[in-house]
Amino acid sequence: MIVAVASGKGGVGKTTVAVNLALAAEEEVILLDSDVEEPNAHLLLRPEIEKETPVPLLVPVFHRERCTGCGKCIEVCAYHALALIGRELLIFDKMCHACGGCIYFCPEKALTEGERVIGILQEGRAGKVRFVQGRMSVGEALAVPVIKKLREKQGAHTIIDCPPGTSCPVIQAVKGADFCLVVTEPTPFGQHDLRLLIEMLRVLKVPAGVIINRADLGDEEVEEYCRQEGIPVLLKIPFDLEIARSFAAGVPFVARLPRWRQAFSDLWQRLKRKGVRA
Amino acid sequence: MKEIVVLSGKGGTGKTTLTGVFATLGQRAVLADADVDASNLHILLNPVKEYEEPFYGSQQPVVDQNKCTRCGVCTQLCRFDAIDHGEVDELNCEGCGVCFHGCPEKAITMEPVLSGHLYRGSTPYGPFVWAELGIAQEASGKLVARVKEVAREIARQEDRLLVVDGPPGIGCPVIASVSGASLVLAVTEPTAAGKHDLGRLLSLTRHFGVPLAVCLNKATLDEEMADKIEEFCREEGVKFLGRIPFAREVVKALIHRQPVTEGPVAEAMQEVWRRALSLL
Repeated sequence: MIVAVASGKGGVGKTTVAVNLALAAEEEVILLDSDVEEPNAHLLLRPEIEKETPVPLLVPVFHRERCTGCGKCIEVCAYHALALIGRELLIFDKMCHACGGCIYFCPEKALTEGERVIGILQEGRAGKVRFVQGRMSVGEALAVPVIKKLREKQGAHTIIDCPPGTSCPVIQAVKGADFCLVVTEPTPFGQHDLRLLIEMLRVLKVPAGVIINRADLGDEEVEEYCRQEGIPVLLKIPFDLEIARSFAAGVPFVARLPRWRQAFSDLWQRLKRKGVRA
Repeated sequence: MKEIVVLSGKGGTGKTTLTGVFATLGQRAVLADADVDASNLHILLNPVKEYEEPFYGSQQPVVDQNKCTRCGVCTQLCRFDAIDHGEVDELNCEGCGVCFHGCPEKAITMEPVLSGHLYRGSTPYGPFVWAELGIAQEASGKLVARVKEVAREIARQEDRLLVVDGPPGIGCPVIASVSGASLVLAVTEPTAAGKHDLGRLLSLTRHFGVPLAVCLNKATLDEEMADKIEEFCREEGVKFLGRIPFAREVVKALIHRQPVTEGPVAEAMQEVWRRALSLL
């Protein structure tokens, strides 16, 4: 079972839900932190990192001696990542999407494949939770290739802590999951971004259930929306200073509050039984 | 023309709430929302839409099935698993056009994709530019760049300050929103995650040579962690603009879809803005 934990709006509790769920599940689960721009799950889980693997991206390497200045590479590059001045080719690495077009279509084979590291995967363990996170290097623009590499690490029971929003990195993190837990807060911001994410999940054909965090700080509109759309509300977590301070200090709250360990364990069971329809 | 971009690294620390408070200060400014895949500032500013433009952010292959011989060259060439013997998977496609250039039957054309919309409107606080990326569309960085282009044009013409509510993270859309900024105002929170993500954002702004100043929202939720973050800023030589307390009134104002204007949170945010403006 692959469960993605996502939210349109940032800072509503994705990481809290993903880590607490991983800790409360009775089986060994793999927790993937796919928020590669700002990975935070390790701050709560505190795993021992055992292995680091660089994530390379293909980049063109230029061989001036073979170039005739024909300009075919410039013509095929959709990302404006190349500029040709006489027979000197400038390669703007960070604009390159690694499509391979310039390499395939250069008639003189003046471009060959090289690699550039754009991030790392870090693997480890905390108790019975296997943990893998992607970390994109600072200054890089493309999160998707790092997330793609991270998804190769998923196993039989996997929980994916996703990046916020609804654009390409989120799609890469959620695609192919069996279920998406959508975390939100009961405010106009939370509701607005919830709707966008639900629409995205419908395009991806991933079934969804909602977790309302800080459920007592807001209004009824999120629940009303879920009712209208037939989306189950699976859990409500109230605003609680003890929960907020646990997160602040980097402690998963199931470790401090046994009734919440039970609640997350029950949720995991429901997800496994597919007992999550509205 | 000066430009302040409000960022945070971590989501949900209060970027939009803080930008909403700025709007109420009566400064001559243009406001823009660069969080194009989950924009929220329009909820607080309630703009009257005056202009709308479609945004074509990328291209996708369209296959003429009469010409396609199912040879599979496109499948071999595509590095994104986005085309299988002439069948396109739009979600995987990055619009590179390799299939188009490589198709031996010339069965593929590249067509522009409507990726979203950009809007300009008026609010009680000044002109406002925002955008919506279409569902499951890419090219968010390009749409951010377009939002900034339109907003800058107004700011230049009307000699106004530009204030941009930015996206979370440190990737493509954030890099697009930082580009050309006079100052990044980072909003963080007193949590381990807030501190970690602020560190990554600081590395990013240093990488691009943009000055950064920090304010700490919801500071009273954990005073000890708040001290650590202020200490971190001192050690890094980063300007610290102040602490904003946590208060439930902020949520109440949000429920009424209005910027928070009264109480200790509004006062502390107003003070942060005065200090930020003095850095320009």
